[in-house]
Amino acid sequence: MKKLVKMLVSSAVVGAMAFGLSACSSGTPAATQASAAAPANTEAETTAAPAVEDGGLIKVGIINNDPNESGYRTANDRDMKATFTEENGYEASFFYSLKNEDQIAAAQKFIQDEVDYLLISAAGTSGWDGVLEQAQKAGIKVILFDRTIDADPSLYEASIVSDMAKEGQQAVDWLASQNLSEYKIVHIQGVMGSSAQIGRSGALDDKVAAEANWSIVTQQTAEWSEETAQQIVQAVIDSGETFNVIYAENDNMAKGAVAALDKANISHGVGKDVIVIGFDCNTWALEELLAGNWNYDGQCNPFQASYIDDIIKNGVKEKVVIMDEKGFDATTITADDVANYGI
Amino acid sequence: MTSSKISARGFFGKLVRNQLFIPLVALLILVAINLFADPTFFKISLEPSSTGNLILSGNLISIIDNASELAILAIGMTLVTSASGGQDISVGATIAIAGSMVLRFVKMYSPDISGGKFAAVIIFSFLVCVVVSALFGAFNGSLVAFFKIQPMVATLILFTAGRSIAAWINNNDNISINDARFGYFGNFIPGIPIPTPVFITVICLIIIALVLKFTNLRLYAQSVGINASSSRLNGINPKLIKLLTFIILGVCVAVCGFIKVSRTSSITYSVIANNIEMDAILAVALGGNNLGGGKFNLTASVIGAYVIQFLTTTLFKFKVSSSEISAYKAVVVILLIFISAPVVRKWIADVRNKNLASRKSKIGKEAN
Amino acid sequence: MMENVVLEMRGICKYFPGVRALEQVDFTLREGEIHALMGENGAGKSTLIKVLTGVYPKDAGYVTLSGAPVHIKSPQDAQNIGIATVYQEITLCPNLTVAENMYIGRTKGPFTNWSKINSDSDRLLQELGIPARAKDQLGNCSIAVQQMVAIARAVDMDCKVLILDEPTSSLDEQEVQKLFKLMRDLKSKGVGIIFVTHFLEQVYEVCDRITVLRDGMLVGEYIIEDLPRVQLVSKMLGKDFDDMAEIKSDSDAEKVDYDGTPVYQAINLTGTTGIKPFNFEIHKGEVNGFTGLLGSGRSESVRAIFGADRVTAGKVMVNGRTVSIRKPLDAMRCGISYLPEDRKKDGIVGDLSVRDNIILALQVMKGFFKPFSRAQAEKFADEYIELLNIKTASQDTPIKSLSGGNQQKVILARWLLANPQYLILDEPTRGIDVGTKVEIQKLVLKLASEGKSVTFISSEIDEMIRTCSRLVVLRDGKVVGELKGDDLNQNKIMATIAGGESNDIQ
Repeated sequence: MKKLVKMLVSSAVVGAMAFGLSACSSGTPAATQASAAAPANTEAETTAAPAVEDGGLIKVGIINNDPNESGYRTANDRDMKATFTEENGYEASFFYSLKNEDQIAAAQKFIQDEVDYLLISAAGTSGWDGVLEQAQKAGIKVILFDRTIDADPSLYEASIVSDMAKEGQQAVDWLASQNLSEYKIVHIQGVMGSSAQIGRSGALDDKVAAEANWSIVTQQTAEWSEETAQQIVQAVIDSGETFNVIYAENDNMAKGAVAALDKANISHGVGKDVIVIGFDCNTWALEELLAGNWNYDGQCNPFQASYIDDIIKNGVKEKVVIMDEKGFDATTITADDVANYGI
Repeated sequence: MTSSKISARGFFGKLVRNQLFIPLVALLILVAINLFADPTFFKISLEPSSTGNLILSGNLISIIDNASELAILAIGMTLVTSASGGQDISVGATIAIAGSMVLRFVKMYSPDISGGKFAAVIIFSFLVCVVVSALFGAFNGSLVAFFKIQPMVATLILFTAGRSIAAWINNNDNISINDARFGYFGNFIPGIPIPTPVFITVICLIIIALVLKFTNLRLYAQSVGINASSSRLNGINPKLIKLLTFIILGVCVAVCGFIKVSRTSSITYSVIANNIEMDAILAVALGGNNLGGGKFNLTASVIGAYVIQFLTTTLFKFKVSSSEISAYKAVVVILLIFISAPVVRKWIADVRNKNLASRKSKIGKEAN
Repeated sequence: MMENVVLEMRGICKYFPGVRALEQVDFTLREGEIHALMGENGAGKSTLIKVLTGVYPKDAGYVTLSGAPVHIKSPQDAQNIGIATVYQEITLCPNLTVAENMYIGRTKGPFTNWSKINSDSDRLLQELGIPARAKDQLGNCSIAVQQMVAIARAVDMDCKVLILDEPTSSLDEQEVQKLFKLMRDLKSKGVGIIFVTHFLEQVYEVCDRITVLRDGMLVGEYIIEDLPRVQLVSKMLGKDFDDMAEIKSDSDAEKVDYDGTPVYQAINLTGTTGIKPFNFEIHKGEVNGFTGLLGSGRSESVRAIFGADRVTAGKVMVNGRTVSIRKPLDAMRCGISYLPEDRKKDGIVGDLSVRDNIILALQVMKGFFKPFSRAQAEKFADEYIELLNIKTASQDTPIKSLSGGNQQKVILARWLLANPQYLILDEPTRGIDVGTKVEIQKLVLKLASEGKSVTFISSEIDEMIRTCSRLVVLRDGKVVGELKGDDLNQNKIMATIAGGESNDIQ
């Protein structure tokens, strides 16, 4: 009896917490507003659903990474959810994992469920051949988005990707255009081996190797974490080394780095001592640009849904679709840019 | 002469057996390495910051600043370890929840903030965050105390789900607070040259010191951790005490979450306070506390926390990649486990006994 | 004479930091003899045994077995050369089965025929009359059975030397007799047995020779006929000892006011631990006892009184006022103290200091938010360390490093400090030395004369007769009799415990 009471009490605690949370979340602005502003999202939506199946909804299975991973992923997931709706003629199922094996298992399940399309943003590049062959046998079309995989291109219809190397190259070109007499760079990397890290580091590494007046003060991974980035830059400052560029491979790490600069009274931004470069175009990061606190932000376009929608409804035009991606300069960015491209 | 030698050895022996010995030696080793490699490591300067205020900066300041969260967590983790004989591995994830809560409320009331009610909003957000974190602590604690689930397994639930909950609280928004005053708690308050987290840590340490002085928390937690059955027969409610330690840890988590989000005025749900649970457990172990519960020494744990940050900052200074830092920490863990292994302890004790015995027989012979 | 010596230890020395545990100790064991190793707590008995079995390395001296010098580095070594040990504290694995415990570490090769082992175990258990089955989980057996399984394990290994370290401390009379029969069997087969015990009666019943240690030194080796009890005790204590008969109660029983309101009264008290509802009352200044065989429910009854186990029904009155005792703290607040049977599991808080262990109960009663000052705690500890003559290096010494008797005194101090009106002592004298036993018995009588009520439980009926003025007898979880006055004699008690025709006592 007593035990029962205790169990009830502790379940009540659990329940109270759930209540507390739901009480908190009510009153939040609607989740999907942001993606309405997505660029290039308006075309192709008017076309009627093609005659896949018997004129009913198109079944799509979407395998994505965990939306909590980053702001990029959150925006991407929202864009997917906003596009693949019943109004647009889709019946979409979602699966999220950062683990490749889990994703493959989910793909197998979607094949059993007889979806029409399998949309995959793979966590890892290998191990997909088997399941893609199964899909092909079952007549299911596969479209990759955001990430490529090591598999025979015949196994999928198309892939819609960002060219991370191009993003990096754009940023490095912009940096070179600043015509500094000397470039002393603090390079803060993302999780080592991720395609964003490889692409964005690659362009910079090449440039530093090629130019005599470009040098790396420190090159470390902060694994996308602002606190680690802050600590890394703090350590550089504390050691007394000088630098004039922060090249952070995403906005959060740039923010951490800037926090360290602020502490040490090192000025940064347009016309100041240190140039700050970030990636991903978070709204708040673009606002920093607008205020002149940062110098450059490279876009990593998370809005693949419209491209996929176009392929499904109008057919494949090219195997590899590379999305348009911009880079914003603090001196030229406008409030409209912030509204349109911020995620 | 002989007697003075023996007493010197007695003093040394006492020192070695003191729980503060291991963390202090580790600290000394780190200091020595840095002194040897680059004495400027210890330089502290007073310079104006970008806001025009004078602030202290230097590696040592960075260390005591950045170790704040870990030191605060070490308090709660030590108590949980003592009473339940296990560790809470969900603290990193619950820090994400706590931080997310704070940001959510500060963001929600941001019009009020600019309207001049800054203090009220901050205090309200912080209190809500404390309550929620304490509830999550109570959730973990109930699983451990009433359902008798091993702490690591019980806290695995929030370890897994916590960061998703944190993201869900803010609808996955990548929130950033623009009001510079919000950053005071993780950085500097204008006019004060010492980082604010240091003050917060000192306040937490004073509070826990007072709690330990004016309540029987230490006696109860230790008794429960050493012998729950015996404690019960002495009128202590072991379940309640275990629950209480988890709630205290929850409050520590709330404070850490608050500092963390204030540092950068933003949050990345997936990586905020990443792996901090392992560092907190390591701090407890480094403090010479038995991870199986029972007697504890909070001072040693807190020093352990600073040692870990000292190590991290040293490694950053030597430009070791942050993904490799965990490998260095692993070396520390291996050494710790080695030192505290019963076999090694016994071996040390044997050597000492042998010395003692041979000395004794020598003295005996001299007497003859 | 010397040719049948099986084990010889000469000049054994052993030091611990700051302590001389053994100094030049000799010990000789002959084939086919039962040799008692006697001494007060801290005399060095356990240390000598541990040196012999390789738990501790010796600092000086040598050991020969059957005339050949041996170097024993580990308990495994000792086992391999034929020295088997049953320790005072049970050292088996409670989460394994009885059979697994009996054969652990003795199976050869990677494959084990468990069904054969189980049947072998069952046969041996039956032979020895041990009430356990091979597949029972050891932890679920009573302490007595666990102890007997440990002995069975040792017996089953062919041994030249069998060491029994306090094997009888948790066994009742019948079980002790079974053990003695077993010991005599082994003796006739030529096994040398070292018997460490506190029970003088048992020594005189079964042993051939006695070696006495005191303060880590050898006092002497004696043939049993040459050493009367009183002399043995005085050799152990190192002084002339007023024989135990001395404390024979000048029976305060007459002074007890049996007509007044009982200090504690229970009506139809029912617990979940297999005891039948029972009535019980105790008056001011009375010492009573609960007795019965192991498992008769004597401990369970007092645990129910203290609220240590869940109570499901019954009415309880303290000083005539109805109270509800659902947990130990309730009982403590009613002025009831309980010294539990299993000192290690329920009594001591091992890593805590002697001081913390002493103040624990009073501190809990005082409240979570009202800790004693350090000075106050030290004063309490000093007072009781002196009062009960507790031998400890300091107040800060962890209790677990004290000897068993001194641990028990600390627990006793804890409950005396709580200043109860009713004190329950469940087996306070188990596994502790003669001197302390007598001290505790005297203390019980002194407390009663000061007006406290005491329930005293002991496996030794002698002790109960000496201290109690009334005995509640239990059998199979049921109260079957209550003895007082002239009925308080060995025969009557045994008869009541055993049951049968003498049931008409009620």
